[in-house]
Amino acid sequence: MKNITKLGAVSALSLVLGASAAFAENIKVAFIDPLSGPFASTGTNGLHQFEFAADYMVNEKGGLLDGQMMEVIGFDNKISPKESLIQLQVAIDQGVRFIVQGNSSGVANALTEAVDKHNRRNPDSRVLFLNYAAVDPALTNDKCNFWHFRFDANADIKMDALTDVIAENDSINKVYIIGQDYSFGKSVSAAANKMLGEKRADIEIVGDELHPIGKVKDFTPYARKIVASGADAVITGNWGADMLGLGKSIIENGFTGPIYTYYAAGSGITAAFGESGKGIIRLVGEGQINPPASQEASDYYNAYKAKYPDGNIDQSRISNTIGMLAKAISEAGTADDVVAIANALEGMEYETMWGGKVFMRPQDHQAIQDMHINAHTNEGVTFTYDNSDYGVVTESTVVMASMDSPTTCEMKRP
Amino acid sequence: MDLILVNLIDGLVTGLLLFMLSAGLTLIFSMMGVLNFAHASFYMLGAYFAYQISIAVGFWMGLLIAPLIVGVLGAGVERYGLRRVHQYGHVPELIFTFGLALLIEELVQFIWGKNQMPYSVPEVLNFTAFAISGNSIPAYKIFMIFISIAIFIGLLYVLTKTRVGMIIQAALSYPRTVEALGHNVPLIFMGVFGVGTALAGLAGVIAGPVLGTFPGMAFVLGSIVFVTIVIGGLGSLWGALVASLLIGWITTFAKSYNIEMEDLLNAIGISTPENLSDSVFRDFWSLTSPQIADILPYILMVLILIFRPAGLFGKRQS
Amino acid sequence: MTVSDPKHDVPEGAREQDQITTDPAKASERMRAGSMTLTLAPWVIATVVLVFLPMFFTNNSALTIMNQMSITIVFALAYNMLLGQGGMLSFGHAVYAGVGGFACMHIMNMSDFFETIPLVILPVFGGLFGMGLAMIVGSFSTRSAGTVFAMISLGVGELIAACSVIIVAFFGGEEGISGDRTYAQPFFGVEFLQQIEVYYLTIAWLVISAALMYLWSRTPVGRMANAVRDNPERAQFLGYSARWVRYYSFIASGFFAGVAGGLFAINYEILTEENLNTASSGVILLVTFLGGVGFFFGPIIGAIAFTLLQTVLSLSTELWAFYAGTLFVATVMFFPGGLAGLIMMHVPAFKLGKASGLVMPYIKTLLPAAIGLLGLAALVEMTFHFRHAATGDVEMTLFWTTFNSHEILPWIIAGAVTVIGLGIAKTTAPALKEAWNEANTAGGAS
Repeated sequence: MKNITKLGAVSALSLVLGASAAFAENIKVAFIDPLSGPFASTGTNGLHQFEFAADYMVNEKGGLLDGQMMEVIGFDNKISPKESLIQLQVAIDQGVRFIVQGNSSGVANALTEAVDKHNRRNPDSRVLFLNYAAVDPALTNDKCNFWHFRFDANADIKMDALTDVIAENDSINKVYIIGQDYSFGKSVSAAANKMLGEKRADIEIVGDELHPIGKVKDFTPYARKIVASGADAVITGNWGADMLGLGKSIIENGFTGPIYTYYAAGSGITAAFGESGKGIIRLVGEGQINPPASQEASDYYNAYKAKYPDGNIDQSRISNTIGMLAKAISEAGTADDVVAIANALEGMEYETMWGGKVFMRPQDHQAIQDMHINAHTNEGVTFTYDNSDYGVVTESTVVMASMDSPTTCEMKRP
Repeated sequence: MDLILVNLIDGLVTGLLLFMLSAGLTLIFSMMGVLNFAHASFYMLGAYFAYQISIAVGFWMGLLIAPLIVGVLGAGVERYGLRRVHQYGHVPELIFTFGLALLIEELVQFIWGKNQMPYSVPEVLNFTAFAISGNSIPAYKIFMIFISIAIFIGLLYVLTKTRVGMIIQAALSYPRTVEALGHNVPLIFMGVFGVGTALAGLAGVIAGPVLGTFPGMAFVLGSIVFVTIVIGGLGSLWGALVASLLIGWITTFAKSYNIEMEDLLNAIGISTPENLSDSVFRDFWSLTSPQIADILPYILMVLILIFRPAGLFGKRQS
Repeated sequence: MTVSDPKHDVPEGAREQDQITTDPAKASERMRAGSMTLTLAPWVIATVVLVFLPMFFTNNSALTIMNQMSITIVFALAYNMLLGQGGMLSFGHAVYAGVGGFACMHIMNMSDFFETIPLVILPVFGGLFGMGLAMIVGSFSTRSAGTVFAMISLGVGELIAACSVIIVAFFGGEEGISGDRTYAQPFFGVEFLQQIEVYYLTIAWLVISAALMYLWSRTPVGRMANAVRDNPERAQFLGYSARWVRYYSFIASGFFAGVAGGLFAINYEILTEENLNTASSGVILLVTFLGGVGFFFGPIIGAIAFTLLQTVLSLSTELWAFYAGTLFVATVMFFPGGLAGLIMMHVPAFKLGKASGLVMPYIKTLLPAAIGLLGLAALVEMTFHFRHAATGDVEMTLFWTTFNSHEILPWIIAGAVTVIGLGIAKTTAPALKEAWNEANTAGGAS
């Protein structure tokens, strides 16, 4: 009985796996991120942006090399490291050579190690891991490897830019740091403490705490403490429902100072903050959305909106990822030899439509780019988020942020 | 000192909200012996329905209609789902509600998508009721407190003073006798299930604007409701109330005051080991109360189950 | 004011229902395990098939998925030692597998020690750690069965899962702990660099653990677990302590869960918080119940079916969890014996030699029903696409056909297929029922 079922099951399996391995000419990019479950909205949004970028920036311009098209294939990892590794294997078997992933540094850690091991053990089917959003600094420091490239600024770089702005603001004398209790929340807190201490030793850190991730139902008690501490500004690395819950709670309790965040835009969060977040919520990030940095960026955004009226471009680095990959493939003259492509990516300087340059630092494969501090507002917004009246407008910019920041990466090249 | 008062109010709001959920769950359990894992899913449905209705005809109609729809749905689940599974026994019933919870979450995502819904507090109540030393208490919270208390009093009245309540109480203990007296016990079961889920739906309607309306909202609250009724004692309405308030206050105070494990251990005479950063127990030593606030109820539950399996107010074991 | 007072007495019916009380005579509703004796033949066949499977499925992803299946099978069988054989419902069983796996991961990282042991024995350590944790937790949780046990398991599960992000030294936070399996002592020259080598290691452990778990259910303790599940008082009268029997089952289940965790560590070389959390515990309950708790091989079928749903169906549709949930609820409602119960339903007909009489009625009913259900699935997919796809994006591909989801024609076709398919199934259902009764009645010509 067991055998029959298993046979049937496995033949079904090979059918499905085989069916999608039919096209050979396309340059395949595997998008491994959550497409179902609680984080699916972020994942689906990212997939749309990747598909759009590949179509708009590569395929509609005639493809790469001798007319090869770029195809982005979505793999649902359910934000689970285990599923990610299975899907990685499936993707490699389908002839994928480029993996993109971004949601959760935990998954990114699992993937970067798996890719490293895979490339060591299977030199014939090596792959590159293009990380577009996982910001754990370790990925380009202790845990760096030759196959991993990060197109987002890491948590430390963002904090560097953020603290530059805070340091210049004389009205901020007391800062409260709060985050989710896991590696990212901890590294935000550590970086904030260190950098504020260096840049403005007179700023008092009146609170520094962690709360369980994804488990807090009501943030009111935290908000009370923040208000009671007399803080002038709040720094948080929270994302998703934790960001919205915390932000709303703090504002509801009468806090009026700035809340510096990493992820308080898009995916419904901008619409949910609406009027209440105006003048309070600040975001650090790459890519200037408002005012548009270039005509090209405006066209790109409008084309995206025409295709996905409910979507947002809240991750402009996605188009940088595709753009830089396309450039590297063209320079290397191959879409299969990932070592040559990786060498082309190393040290690449790329003019981005979102303003400024992106430099892929060869020592640690960390992209260096302009960092913007944006405000959540409804004034001067060309491109709003979530179909609300609100969006993010750039207030200040740190050019090529953390260009000379140290890294502990000891890159082993093949 | 002022902060204590503020925290008391916040804890009360959390606790009463929890009570609205656990009251229905405990009623359903004591009557049918079913631990309804999908209870928090009805809470989520309440919030989503109310959001949808509030777009069309405003918050107040949502407050009125959404719980009714949820209640009807709940009664339907009892009639066409649970009653069928009932014949197989206790465990399949439990597993059925478990599967139902998964299914409802998927359905909600199917219909409303995966983003957070912009369901917000009505304009009328969107002001600060009063402030205690800089900490404002929104009027909506006061409104939540009043609704919850009204529900509790109403429930108590119906159960103890009306004929229907008497029949329900009798059916709880001696279903066969009540049936022999000519009452329709399956109908009573269906009614209780409907009312229980409607209460959960109502909790969702009023909690949605403050705690957020998103597909994960049931999961966040799901198991804590169980913890509440287990601590309070399965089947006890008073137990559910006391446990809800207890959990509300414990978690609120644990979050508000940074009590550190190191201080606690030092206070009872254990000194901090040298080279703490190398110690295997370093994470244990650096624990703070806000970090563990939301798992305190689980610790409480396990302890209660070990030392008093019937719960605080329960009279029977399982 | 005495709302809680009248409830001190348990209704007669409710007390019985604390135990699993379906009719064991009906295979489709059977929830009691352990009465079926397997001969040697299925084991040998299964092993041979497992050994030769990689000849047909050579690519690494198929191997990876089969490894995942094997791990889930071991875990689900371990879980069924509690649920099916012992009648204990646990909501936090993932922690035993997880802790076993984390322990193996730490052993992998102790390079001095790891170099001296062959990789193949690593799961034993996982098992021992899983068992150790089960001994601690079981000492208080197995005192009673039913709701108290279930709730303690939920509470302990939540606590340990929460610890995984707090106690970074052991659990590594949300990044987890990773290592490299190839640093172990080579096993007859095999270093386990390739997926295929890991596959054979995994299936060896699968066959060994399944056999051991089967033999356990034949021992006096395994038998007593059934007795305690069905009637603890009677078992006590016979001189057995219900509590100790539950405790032993719990420990044994913890051991094999730990083995599954060890296999996970070898396969993925990383363990994270997801190996411990309540979602994983829920999944294993789902898997086991879907397969059928009433038969030893039930969890095996469940694990295979669920892995396919989760890993392969999710490649084709975003809505896989929706279908999985529907399947699960339908199983609980109509076939509480699970897929295994469905299969075993047919044994009497085979024994009577009348199974062939069922083939035609089955084709007449189930084929249209399957087509109708596929039509329904198509409608669901089209609705989803209509609502959630990008505006310009009106094309969708379903069953190898690409069409415009904003035109009326595909909707009519899918609707018609659904109605006709289910309609035919409905009209032929009475004939099937008749054939079924006939096939299960002794005597008469066939």
